[in-house]
Amino acid sequence: MEKNLSLGEFIITRLVKASGYSAIVFVTLIFYFLLREGLPTLGEVELENLLSTRWYPIESYFGILPLISGSLIVTIGAALIAVPFGLGTAIFIAEIAPRWAREILKPLVELLGGLPSVVLGFLGILVLSPNLRILLNLPTGLTAFTGSLLLGAIAVPTVVSIAEDALDSVPRSYRDAALALGATRWQTIWRVTLPAARSGVLTAIMLGVGRAIGETMTVMMVTGNAPVLATSLSALFSPVRTMTATIAAEMGEVASGSIHYHTLFFIGMVLFIISLAVNITASSVVFRQKKRAERVLS
Amino acid sequence: MNRNLVQRLGFGLLSFMALLTVLPIILVIIFIVVQGGSVISVEFITGFPFGGMRSGGIWPAIVGTFYLTLGTAIFSVPLGVAAAIYLSEYASDNGLTRLIRLAIINLSGIPSVVYGLFGLGLFVFFLQFGTSILSASLTLSIMTLPVIISTSEEALRAVPQAFRTVSISVGATRWQTIRRIVLPEALPGIITGVILGLERAAGETAPILFTGAAFFLPRLPGSPFDATMALPYHLFVISTQVPEMPIQIQYGTALVLITFVLAMNLIANYVRSRARARRQW
Repeated sequence: MEKNLSLGEFIITRLVKASGYSAIVFVTLIFYFLLREGLPTLGEVELENLLSTRWYPIESYFGILPLISGSLIVTIGAALIAVPFGLGTAIFIAEIAPRWAREILKPLVELLGGLPSVVLGFLGILVLSPNLRILLNLPTGLTAFTGSLLLGAIAVPTVVSIAEDALDSVPRSYRDAALALGATRWQTIWRVTLPAARSGVLTAIMLGVGRAIGETMTVMMVTGNAPVLATSLSALFSPVRTMTATIAAEMGEVASGSIHYHTLFFIGMVLFIISLAVNITASSVVFRQKKRAERVLS
Repeated sequence: MNRNLVQRLGFGLLSFMALLTVLPIILVIIFIVVQGGSVISVEFITGFPFGGMRSGGIWPAIVGTFYLTLGTAIFSVPLGVAAAIYLSEYASDNGLTRLIRLAIINLSGIPSVVYGLFGLGLFVFFLQFGTSILSASLTLSIMTLPVIISTSEEALRAVPQAFRTVSISVGATRWQTIRRIVLPEALPGIITGVILGLERAAGETAPILFTGAAFFLPRLPGSPFDATMALPYHLFVISTQVPEMPIQIQYGTALVLITFVLAMNLIANYVRSRARARRQW
């Protein structure tokens, strides 16, 4: 009995430990498969072609610059919306709102985070883009701007929840000290609480932007999908096509193993590396902040 | 300017921004309920689509989403909870553990369409599961894993250390302590995390686009190796790929999808708040 128990416990402990490593295994596997299917592109498509401004795979034009610029412009637009609104809402929830308002606001923001992106895209097509077309007097409502508005909404919950956490973790005594010195609550927020939480706020912004770059369905549905290189900010009001939307729209129709197939994986590889860079930077900021906090408190 | 006036203006501006952030959410939900409510009927829920999907119901998509969510749960829950137990109860604070945490953060940041590519490369082609419920569920599982791990770990860590100390001191082994003391106490938190993770999986489209979603099926999938229709993909198809699609059916489909997702959200919140109210420690 005793022996059985410890054998069983031995096996379970092993299984639990193995599961613990699973995240590392999966990240490695994902990167491996993206490399395996994406790297052949570099041998099949000349670099000049790949870095050209024309994406037209049927005639073997594989320039990914228009797709990168499309992702960039939609993401910048989304950040311009998500950062002020996300931070504003986070400050309001953490510092200003009475308890009852907080209890309503937090679940609502969480709800927005849970809304499937395809639903937002659907409303974007039927409601937002026709109205924007009339309002802004554009030839089509399916533009980078429409995508930015919706992507902003998708990134807001990420920004709010992380920024609010950061503000919440600023010690009570910081605020008390500022208030005791005669600062108003508003001055305390701007000069004490926000600066103390700045690395968490920075993380919130980065992860929000990361969320926007990777979003697929909404941008595919509302940005019009025209792979044109954006050369100025006016591109915000014309159709664009992002990297994610290109993969989602075209992967279903390509033959596996073809040049087009490899190039789509190559784009996926670029996206993976971008998200890796964003997340590693964001988490190293958090680690730095923790170390600083430990130093101050000890 | 008077600093109290500045404060009043500032607070006003921030409350206005918060209002602008949450008001659209409420409006969107009300709008979909109003627009889609009229089409909801027993035939719409339990009927098959016909006439190029322009008539009939959405039953195969509902069943498909149910299968995919179930499949995702089967793979991601045991693995995710076990990984959380490892991180909370076994792992020491060393380089390897930091690497695991970094991997989890990265998993949560990878774009959903990249998960789709990965699923296509590994499950559909390399392991030859084909375009199937199995491939799609496995892909969704890996995407859901970071949510389940981090929320479960938080729930496990919230159990006071004294519980473990007492259990060990009366002669229980480490695993007995985890199994009989720590896990039951952390269960509501784990369930909340699992539901929130599955909620995300149920609403995702991009990861299943090339791994298991079918445009149209005249019958229900018969095995895990069949492709399936799914609610989010169906909404994408009928709102972009089918010309002259009746608008009520589109809104009705969106309504069923958000009901599915919001119901999971409400259940998760209910479990969480009930556990908080009953907690003794």
